[in-house]
Amino acid sequence: MGIKLEFLENKLTARISGEIDHHSAADFRQQIDNFINKKKPEKIILDFNEVSFMDTSGIGFIMGRFKTAYNLGIKLKVINIPKKLERLVKLSGIKNLGILE
Amino acid sequence: MKQENLCINEMNLNFLSKSANESFARATISAFIAQLDPTIDEITDIKTAISEAVTNCITHAYKSEIGTIYINCKIFENGKILIKVRDKGIGIKDIAQAMEPLFTTGGSERAGLGFAVMKSFMDKLRVSSKVNKGTTVLMEKSIIRRNITSVK
Repeated sequence: MGIKLEFLENKLTARISGEIDHHSAADFRQQIDNFINKKKPEKIILDFNEVSFMDTSGIGFIMGRFKTAYNLGIKLKVINIPKKLERLVKLSGIKNLGILE
Repeated sequence: MKQENLCINEMNLNFLSKSANESFARATISAFIAQLDPTIDEITDIKTAISEAVTNCITHAYKSEIGTIYINCKIFENGKILIKVRDKGIGIKDIAQAMEPLFTTGGSERAGLGFAVMKSFMDKLRVSSKVNKGTTVLMEKSIIRRNITSVK
């Protein structure tokens, strides 16, 4: 469970694994935001492939990173959202941000 | 037929409003309701709703102190699950407003969807609250009973 950050050709890929709740999201947020501020990537990919559970804190985490990236002019995409999280994602309306792939 | 509504088991869980306990609460409730042989989807729905209710206690009810969160869970012969999540925190002044999707007082990292998720993922949701006394969230969900005897 955790977050793995990879930085290649100005692209930051954050692979999140395990459960995202209010507790773990705080740690993920801190790690990724520190990295963004330090390295100023051109593009950010949030990979949700290994996320086993998430509540609305995960939605808040995506929205927060989207805002951060948007304000800094960074492109952000969220990829590989598992099928079991679809119901929550649909209910949240974050599809309208146009960042899900 | 009255037998169908028989409460077959009950548990109480009290713990401190520390965010590390969010996963503890989810895991404990899912272990308890496993007796009803729910599907993975049913467990996910209930885990998500519990997580939202407990997170509300931590981030709102006890936002400036550590308090105790009380969970009571009952399971019934007919597959009904009743979960009560209670706190003795600051309470909610306007429940209708708090339950509105996207409404939050929790800042930019909070989606304001907690109650919307509890409502959508469970069959019934009832919230009662008194300012400075606390809040009680009552949730109900019926899971489809499969043949229990085959589990033996």
